[in-house]
Amino acid sequence: MNGDDQRLMQRIEKHRRRLGKVRESVVVLAHGGGGKAMRDLIDDLVVGELGGEGLVVDEDQARFSLGALAAHGDRLAFTTDTYVVTPLFFPGGDIGKLAVNGTVNDLAVSGAKPLYLSCGLVLEEGLPIETLRRVLRSMKLAADEAGVQIVTGDTKVVPRGKADQLFINTSGVGVIPKGVEVHAQGLRPDDCVLVNGYLGDHGAAILVARGELKLESDIATDSAPLNGMIAELVKAVEVRAMRDVTRGGLAAVLNELALSSEVGMVVDASALPVRREVAGLTELLGLDPVHLANEGKVVVVVPAKDVEPALRIMRAHRYGQESALIARCRAESPGIVTLDTGFGGERILEMLVGEPLPRIC
Amino acid sequence: MKYVDEFRNPKGGKGILADIERLVAKTGRTAKNPLKVMEICGGHTHAIFKFGLQSMLPEALELVHGPGCPVCVLPVGRVDDALSLAVRPNVIFASFGDAIRVPGSKGSLLEAKAEGADVRTVYSPSDALELARQNPNQKVIFFGLGFETTVPSTALTVLEAARDGVDNFLVFSNHITIVPTLRALLDSDGLHLDGFVGPGHVSMVIGVRPYDFVAAEYKKPFVVSGFEPLDVLQSVRMLLAQIVDGRATVENQYRRLVKDDGNRVALEAIQEVFEPRATFEWRGLGSIEHSGLQLRAAYARFDAEAHFKVPSVSVPDPGVCECGDVLKGAIKPWECKVFGTACTPETPIGACMVSSEGACAAHYNYGRLNPSSRLRTVS
Repeated sequence: MNGDDQRLMQRIEKHRRRLGKVRESVVVLAHGGGGKAMRDLIDDLVVGELGGEGLVVDEDQARFSLGALAAHGDRLAFTTDTYVVTPLFFPGGDIGKLAVNGTVNDLAVSGAKPLYLSCGLVLEEGLPIETLRRVLRSMKLAADEAGVQIVTGDTKVVPRGKADQLFINTSGVGVIPKGVEVHAQGLRPDDCVLVNGYLGDHGAAILVARGELKLESDIATDSAPLNGMIAELVKAVEVRAMRDVTRGGLAAVLNELALSSEVGMVVDASALPVRREVAGLTELLGLDPVHLANEGKVVVVVPAKDVEPALRIMRAHRYGQESALIARCRAESPGIVTLDTGFGGERILEMLVGEPLPRIC
Repeated sequence: MKYVDEFRNPKGGKGILADIERLVAKTGRTAKNPLKVMEICGGHTHAIFKFGLQSMLPEALELVHGPGCPVCVLPVGRVDDALSLAVRPNVIFASFGDAIRVPGSKGSLLEAKAEGADVRTVYSPSDALELARQNPNQKVIFFGLGFETTVPSTALTVLEAARDGVDNFLVFSNHITIVPTLRALLDSDGLHLDGFVGPGHVSMVIGVRPYDFVAAEYKKPFVVSGFEPLDVLQSVRMLLAQIVDGRATVENQYRRLVKDDGNRVALEAIQEVFEPRATFEWRGLGSIEHSGLQLRAAYARFDAEAHFKVPSVSVPDPGVCECGDVLKGAIKPWECKVFGTACTPETPIGACMVSSEGACAAHYNYGRLNPSSRLRTVS
């Protein structure tokens, strides 16, 4: 091999080792095919946008030191969630932000410190590369804010029409600090139920963003990582139970908790934090804010003695300024959530059956 | 919210409730022999349960939930007809949200959708017309439902389709009218009512005059009412005042929206597009003459029933279902054998359980808490 050949070989080898770059403007089937195109997609988008110190590219799995995990607590929390939403982008967020914050919050409500996330992507052939890039960038921003690392992932491409643009699965691992005991069965009579702010913003934002209503509004999703606020809470007060408020809204969470703990619960309708715009929208459509989805809300149950300190901590936090005491537990009517209508009457607050469908009149 | 919050102010309710208590006492009626007042409209039923109004009223006053939920009174046969249209090729079937869960004899529109029928939820008939414009090679069938509240918007949409020549827009009309129904109700056996809370939204269109016969011929007080809790309570107070005075007149509590003569433009649109059917079937109430509306011959090209053959088979309600008696106020929801057991909002057998405005669903969701209020109203 003469010098020229050697230089040529070096040039080729250098090129082979360069990070790949996607040249197509849309996702094609080859991007999921396992070959060079997939490598390019992963290099360019996944590593390029999501990459951080924790992202493992050379191996098929992320590896953690048990010792390092054990420094945070004595139990692991592990969860998974899959995100499908139309449209992909909406006021205040997008599917990527949801996919990170949703899994972070699912971990956090156990009292855990969320640490690591996986990212599984199902891409529909024809999805614009720029769309994917925007979503991944948003995931990275959300992960950085929440203080978690995306450490492993997977990408599949399905033929056009076999998926709706982009689905994301994220799984997460966190560690529960020693002594933190948060359970759905943990509610006792006289316990107090708090929520960290306005109800129904995400559901309302999506309804408007779909454009079917021909309504305009400034309502944005409430998608937010709650692990920071929750970490402060579990350190300072006795938290009996926590659950993030997502699909099914507040009504679903309260009913699940009341049933799990076999306590009754009385909700004060006048104390429920609801934005004027959301109240107006739901009134118009015959829906109820307590049935609309949220992506940055958590129900926190504390003993009565801890209400004041808990509210103080929550209200001091960026994602808890509108926190409120909304309900009390009682021994009567176990498993049933009732609403004090604020009008002197009382009624049952039931879980929503089926999808929220607008009433005819 | 302006025009909403002030009618939900609990302070305002205290005085009215005291008046109601006083007036009921004057009638000498007791829990064993209560005054019975029917709210005709599903919207009122919804408000009564949402705000827990029944639990605030004296025991000697019972609210009877009437047949005013258009989704609830749709007979099984018409749901089957809707399904037969929805599963046709090249058809987009557009429906209000709460109608797509109503069970027919062969399933619901929601199930048909899951099996591949193109069923869309719309918020108004004009959404359906827009679908028709966007899909010129398909027929878009709008599932027309409701009393005079929704008839004008369907009529105006048909007129717009005619003006713009959108010939792939069709209406499957199940529109119904209030007056013949009220008369049938008043003529039915074993129904003893002391007065009516009249439907506010319907009255925005038809005004208050068409109810005069209720007072004149049947000597029953009738108060057209708004939908906020204070509206309903105030209307009940007005009814009680009439009963105590021995009067029977038609009064309008909902003056902020209802004009005595209704809405001329809306009435003209209805008159132009629709005509009464000879007879129309109601779930639970049977056939009522002139109670349904169909498109006039001049607009037959927009009539789904003129375009496609529908089975039009009258299907009896499931044997165990007592929706009919519930709709007439003859029995209370919880007195039905299947209430809360086989028939729940998840597995509705009868239509009263399907729509959240239905008396059974409203009771299941909002009312089952307080057994004492239940016992006291069983007559």
